Amino acid sequence: MTERYLPLMATVTVFLALFVTGGVLYEHFFSTLVLGHILADNAFIIIAAIGTTFVILSGGIDLSIGSMIGFVGVVMARLDTLGWHPLASAAVLLAFGLLFGAAQGYIIDFCDIQPFIITLAGLFMLRGACFMVTLDSIPIRHPFVDAFADTSIPLPGDGFLASSAIVMLVVLAGAIAIAHFTRFGTNVYAIGGDRASAVLMGVPMRRTTVMIYALGGFYSALGGVIYALYTSSGYPLAGTGNELNAIAAVVLGGTLLTGGVGMVAGTLFGGMILGLIATLIIFHGSLNGAWIMIASGVLLFLFIVVQRSLVGSFNLRRSS
Amino acid sequence: MADTSTPRIELLGVSKSFPGVRALENVELRLNAGEVHALLGENGAGKSTLIKIMTGAVPRDAGEIRLDGRPVQIGTTADARALGISTVYQEVNLIPTMTVTKNLTLERQPRRFGLISWRRARALARQRLKRLNLEIDTEKPLGSYSVAIQQLVAIARALEDDTRVLVLDEPTASLDATETELLFQIVRDLKASGIAIVFITHFLDQVYQIADRISVLRNGRLVGTGPTAELPRLKLISLMLGRELGTVEAHLASHASLASGEPVLAAKGLGRRRTMAPFDLSLRAGEVVGLAGLLGSGRTETAKLLFGAIRPDSGELVLDGKPVPHNSPRQSLRSGVAFCPEDRKAEGLLGELSVRENIMLALQTKRGWLRRLGRDEQKRLAQEMIKALAIATPDAEKPVGQLSGGNQQKVVLARSLASQPKVLILDEPTRGIDVGAHADVVRLIRRLCSEGLALLVASSELDELVAVSDRVAVLRDRRKVGEMAGADITRENIIRTIAGR
Repeated sequence: MTERYLPLMATVTVFLALFVTGGVLYEHFFSTLVLGHILADNAFIIIAAIGTTFVILSGGIDLSIGSMIGFVGVVMARLDTLGWHPLASAAVLLAFGLLFGAAQGYIIDFCDIQPFIITLAGLFMLRGACFMVTLDSIPIRHPFVDAFADTSIPLPGDGFLASSAIVMLVVLAGAIAIAHFTRFGTNVYAIGGDRASAVLMGVPMRRTTVMIYALGGFYSALGGVIYALYTSSGYPLAGTGNELNAIAAVVLGGTLLTGGVGMVAGTLFGGMILGLIATLIIFHGSLNGAWIMIASGVLLFLFIVVQRSLVGSFNLRRSS
Repeated sequence: MADTSTPRIELLGVSKSFPGVRALENVELRLNAGEVHALLGENGAGKSTLIKIMTGAVPRDAGEIRLDGRPVQIGTTADARALGISTVYQEVNLIPTMTVTKNLTLERQPRRFGLISWRRARALARQRLKRLNLEIDTEKPLGSYSVAIQQLVAIARALEDDTRVLVLDEPTASLDATETELLFQIVRDLKASGIAIVFITHFLDQVYQIADRISVLRNGRLVGTGPTAELPRLKLISLMLGRELGTVEAHLASHASLASGEPVLAAKGLGRRRTMAPFDLSLRAGEVVGLAGLLGSGRTETAKLLFGAIRPDSGELVLDGKPVPHNSPRQSLRSGVAFCPEDRKAEGLLGELSVRENIMLALQTKRGWLRRLGRDEQKRLAQEMIKALAIATPDAEKPVGQLSGGNQQKVVLARSLASQPKVLILDEPTRGIDVGAHADVVRLIRRLCSEGLALLVASSELDELVAVSDRVAVLRDRRKVGEMAGADITRENIIRTIAGR
C-alpha cells in the first residue's frame, strides 16, 4: 500500500518544501492569495496534463497538446467575432478535441505506429491550422468572458479560487474517478504495466487506446478553452511548447514515463510545482525567466533519478 | 470425481501444418479427470502447437476434440475459456506493477453504478487465492512477490469455478526446489478436485514426482503414451530423442587428441543462481569438448557463462592461466574467445547486412572502431572465408537474410573465425540446416580442432557430439552431472548419464 503512494508523497513533499521555502524567504508568500494565483495561472496546463497522465500511464505520449491549446483558442476567438457564445464554441471544440484524439488513438493502434510520430504529426497539423485561422491575436469580447473572470470562491485568508481553478479541480475529480474506479482506468494501468500480458488478460486494446487518446484530446481542448477565456483572446502561437510542460507536470507528479505507475492526483501537484518555481523566481525579482526553466530542468532531472530507484524497488521481472 | 471411463478431454487425429512445416500429424491425447498428464518432447516436437489447438489460439487442420465425451468446437481462446479450459504460460502473463487484487480481477471487476467496488473486488481476489490456500497481502504490487507466488497468482486467475482442464506450460522453469514443491502441492490439490492437468516441462525429475501419465511427442507425432510407472527414464529419453538403445556406435578412432598441457579456458566453480549450478570445465588447444543434455538442461547457459554473455555470481574463469575478473562478450572477443549463438536470427546475424559486413563485425569489434579495416581488405577476407567454408552465395554483398539456413550458419562461423580466436564456442551449430550442410559443419569443426583451436560444442544431436568430441560434459537440470572422454563417448553412455544411472 505504501509503495503505491510513495511517488505521490514525494511530489507533495517537494511542493510543500518549495512553498515553505518561499514563505521563509519572502513576506506575503505563504498565503492563500499566492496559492490561488498559482492554481489560476496554471489551471490550463494542469487540465491538459491530466489528459496526458492517462496517455503516459498507458506507456504512450501525446505531443499535440500545445498546438491543440493554440488551435482551440484561435477558433474560439474567430467564432466570437462571428457572434458565437463562448460556451457554444467551447462545446464544439471539446467535441473536436475528443474526435481528434480518438483519431490519433485509432491510427496508433490500427497501424501499430509509435504514438510519438502520430502525435508529432498532430502537433504540426494543428499548429498549421492555427495560422490558417489567423496570423494575429484576436480578442474575445463576449461579456461571458468578463463574467467568467469575475467568478471566484473566496478562500480562508485573503485568497480566492478563480473560475479556471474551479473547472480544473472539477475535471481533476472526474479524472481520478475514471482512473481508479472504472475498468477503462484499470486497463490503462494494465497496458502501461505490461502490454503483451494485458492483451492475454483480455484487455480490449483498440477500444482502450482510442479512449486514452480521445481523453487526452478532450482534456487538452478543455485546457485551450480555459486558456482562451483566461487571456480573453486567441493567438496562433499560444501553447507553443506546452506539451512539454504538461509532460513535465505528469513526470513531476510521480507518473513513470514508461507507463503503468502513477496517479492522476500527482499531476495536480506536479503542475503546481512548476508554477511555484516560476512564482518563486518572480518574487526574487533580480533573477530572469531563464532561471525558471533551469530550476524546472534540475528538478525534473532529480525526479527522474529518484523514480528510477523506486522502479528498482518494485523488483520487476527481468528477461533472462 | 467424474466417471473415469470417459476421458475429461480427448484429442483425436489432430493435424496441423504451417507453411512448409508439418507441426502435428494425427496426434491423439486423452486426459482423465483428476490426473496430471505430462506432455514431453524436444524443441519443435509439437507440444506448443498442440496446446495452442487445445486452447483455441491456433485452429486445427483436422481432428476432433471431445470434452467429457461430447465433441466441442474451439475456435478462439474465449471459446476454450467458456468450456473450462484454462492455460498458465511459462512467462507469468500478469502486470507486475499492479496489485494482486487488480491482477486477479482485471476485466471482471464487480461494479456498482458503473464504478468498480474495490471492496468486493478484494473479496473476490481473496476468494480466488483461498482456492490455492494462498494467503498474501492482495494490496501489494504483484512484482514485489517472488516468481513462484506470481506463478500461483497466475494460476488463481486462470482457475474459474468451472475449470475442467488446466494447462501448465513449463510452470517450474524459473522456480527453485522449494518453490516447485509449493506449486506441486497446489497441483495435487487441484487434481484431487477433479481437474485434468496438462503439465509441460523439461525437468524429468519433476515428471516422476507429479505426473500420473506421460505422452511423448516427436516431430509432430505421438510416439508414446502411458502411465508414468511404465515409462522408466531410459525408455522415456530414447523416445524423446528417437534413438534405440543398444545401437552403440563406435566412437571415431581418429580422435587422436592433440590436447595436452594447460587449458586455454577453464571454469572453476562457475555458476549463477537459478541459471546454472557451479561447474568445472576446461578447454585445451586442439580439443573439442561436447556439451550434452536435454533441452533446458543448461547447455546454452553454460556456453554463455563461458563467453561472458551471462554474468556469473560464483566461481571464476581462467583464460591462459590468468583469472578474468569481469568477463563480458567484448572482453572475451578481444582475448580470443568467440561464440556462435544458437538462435542465429535473434542473436547472431544481422539479416539486412551483407555477408561481408556480417563477417567483419566481430573482427572490427576486436580491433576497435578506430582502426578500421579498408574495404579492399574486408573484401579479401570475406572472399577467403566464403571459399574456405564453401558458403553458397553469388557474391559477398548479398544480404545474409536471403541465404539458406545452412549458409547463414556458415556465415556465423566465418564471422567468429575471421577474428582468429583461440577458443570457439558453438551453440547448436547444426540446428535447422540440411544434411549436406550438416556434414560440412561437422567436418569443419574437426579441421579447426586439428589446427589447434579449442572448441566447445553444445548440441542436442547426440550423433553429432559423438562424432566430433574428444570429451563430453553431460548436463541435467542445470547441473553438470558427468564427463567422459575418448572411447567412453557413446550415445548409450550419454543417455545413461542424462538419465542419472
